[in-house]
Amino acid sequence: MIGADAIVKCLEKEGVTTLFGYPGVAICPFFNSILETKIETILVRSEQNAAHAASGYARVSGKVGVCVATSGPGATNLITGIATAYADSIPLICITGQVDSKLLGSDVFQEADVTGACESFVKYSYLIKDVSDIPRVMKEAFHIASTGRKGPVLIDIPIDIQNRQITGFKYPDSVHMRTYKPTVKGHAMQIGKIGKALEKSRKPVILAGGGVILSGARKNLHDFSHKYGIPVVSTMMGIGVLPGDDPLYYGMIGNNGRSYANLAMKESDLLIVIGARIADRAISSPDLVAKNTVLIHIDVDPAEIGKNVGPTIPIVGDIKSIFEDLAGISAKCDFSEWIKTLDGYRRKEPSRKKPRRKYVDPAGFISILSDKMDDNAVYVADVGQNQMWSCSYYKAKKGRFLTSGGMGTMGYSVPAAIGAKKADKRLQVVAVCGDGSFQMSMNELATMMQHKIPVKIIVFNNGYLGLVREYQHNTYNANYSMVSLSGGPDLACIAEAYGIPFIRITDNTGMEDKIDEFLKEKGAGLMECMLDPLDTVK
Amino acid sequence: MKRLYSILVENRSGVLAKVSGLFARRCFNIDSLAVGETDDPSTSCITIVSSGDKSTLEQIEKQLNKKIDVVKIKTFSEEESISLELMLVKIKYTRSNRREIMEICEIMDAKIVDMSRNLMMIQICDTPERTAALLTMLKGTAIMEVARTGTLALQKCSLSE
Repeated sequence: MIGADAIVKCLEKEGVTTLFGYPGVAICPFFNSILETKIETILVRSEQNAAHAASGYARVSGKVGVCVATSGPGATNLITGIATAYADSIPLICITGQVDSKLLGSDVFQEADVTGACESFVKYSYLIKDVSDIPRVMKEAFHIASTGRKGPVLIDIPIDIQNRQITGFKYPDSVHMRTYKPTVKGHAMQIGKIGKALEKSRKPVILAGGGVILSGARKNLHDFSHKYGIPVVSTMMGIGVLPGDDPLYYGMIGNNGRSYANLAMKESDLLIVIGARIADRAISSPDLVAKNTVLIHIDVDPAEIGKNVGPTIPIVGDIKSIFEDLAGISAKCDFSEWIKTLDGYRRKEPSRKKPRRKYVDPAGFISILSDKMDDNAVYVADVGQNQMWSCSYYKAKKGRFLTSGGMGTMGYSVPAAIGAKKADKRLQVVAVCGDGSFQMSMNELATMMQHKIPVKIIVFNNGYLGLVREYQHNTYNANYSMVSLSGGPDLACIAEAYGIPFIRITDNTGMEDKIDEFLKEKGAGLMECMLDPLDTVK
Repeated sequence: MKRLYSILVENRSGVLAKVSGLFARRCFNIDSLAVGETDDPSTSCITIVSSGDKSTLEQIEKQLNKKIDVVKIKTFSEEESISLELMLVKIKYTRSNRREIMEICEIMDAKIVDMSRNLMMIQICDTPERTAALLTMLKGTAIMEVARTGTLALQKCSLSE
């Protein structure tokens, strides 16, 4: 048995069934060994998308996503995907080949210090210099990626280590790390304080973030909020924590969120932040939150608590575990007056702006699309105006809403959708992107076709990098620079080239039928919506 | 506000880079840094002196705790610690200022540890303030080279009981 066999064996022991990757000489021993197993390998068309696909896979399967690339440019191409996963706390194992360990540091062909380059956006990284370390490192890596605040772990393996004989291979049953013991159980006394805070409060609000989804606590959140009748708002990463039609759900907060969601936060006297970072896009000035509000902050990462806002009651631990303990407390409270006020705000929200005639109205389109999608479907939003529209008009049901929230990486949606579909082929998976973001990853259409991963892709085409154009319109008096995407390909030809069914819609007439037709098709599909080039988010 | 961090880390290659890189990336100050193996060869102790407002100093501790190679962190103020620094200064002397230099060394409790016909090397091991004071006193002479260890510190015994 050689090192490469050992790595593969470890992946099998961890229950890995699918990985995404791209080969090169330095990782060839690994890709040779993997032929001996049942692990399915998906060949992407650029390494960055291997990480994005693994991210989509991890988010839908609840398992650790695995991506593999070669040394040098393969590894550096992976970096954006790793950083994207890190920003959204997605558990990944990223394996990179490396040059011969004796040549490390001598700048030989395709050598890049990837562990050094990735240091600030991996949860941990390993450069394996001894073949006998492989079982321990792999065990630790999976443990680190999938526990505490989840995140990507990078394993860099020189080619000679992959080829070296390993004797007495044994996969460890447990991890022994003196320095890594994430808190799971929340402090009982702190949790007890929540009951008292609720009884004192008249206007409580729960702000739920991506952490609720990552810890698998959507049902717990539903039960808790409904037990006491507490209104819930969410961050972008928290979209889908509650169904959009849940009477207690008041939408996404932030600059691009619902005005009544922001009002709820502003007027609350008790804010319970769960699995959210309180970052700049969600709350423009965090200081304002804490002024008159009792703030309870629940997060698995102690460093997030107090980073942006000082909480009154900090609780560190796994959100699901804390909810389970919370179910044991009781509090007498009645927030019906508060709910009435919020419902009033919700009714007063101006209906969305008038659709532009002669073009597809993105707001209307997304509402209809998400209505018509399966209850448990996966909706993957890209980055740009399309993301803002998706956040505003996507109606969550029981499915998942995926997007690159923290990093805002363009080109995320198509590969992430491929990964999501691979995680559960019964699920309907729809990627919604702009013409800019689509062109960043449209090479992955080949991956979809080669590996028969039928994802539906919708491209909002406005011939611009719309969000930047809008920004330049407002900030630089419409002096546009570097935002026109003229020269883009005819997507009908692109679809035909890959053998993908194609639908183009140019205005709102017959939109519903077209969406039906698009979703009904069994295989992959590409739909292009022609938007007003000057359409705006609000 | 100044704060000292005594960071016990796994004695592995790359760990110092991870810790100092964290300070760089998050715009935390490093006023001084010193590192060395402890009595247990599997751990090293990194002593960092940093400064910032209260929330920054708290974030430094929390972010350091997140680093998987960090075993344990102790943090304390200057008053709560014994802080020392070692400095070597090489200066050019002449017959006319030799006497004065020797007097400065005597007052500052510094030692002359090496000498040639026109160069001498002075050693001081003292608090960072007194080390800096000696350097100021020597500014009038021709300083050739200076090497300093950075602050080494441990929490006072009475506070660690």
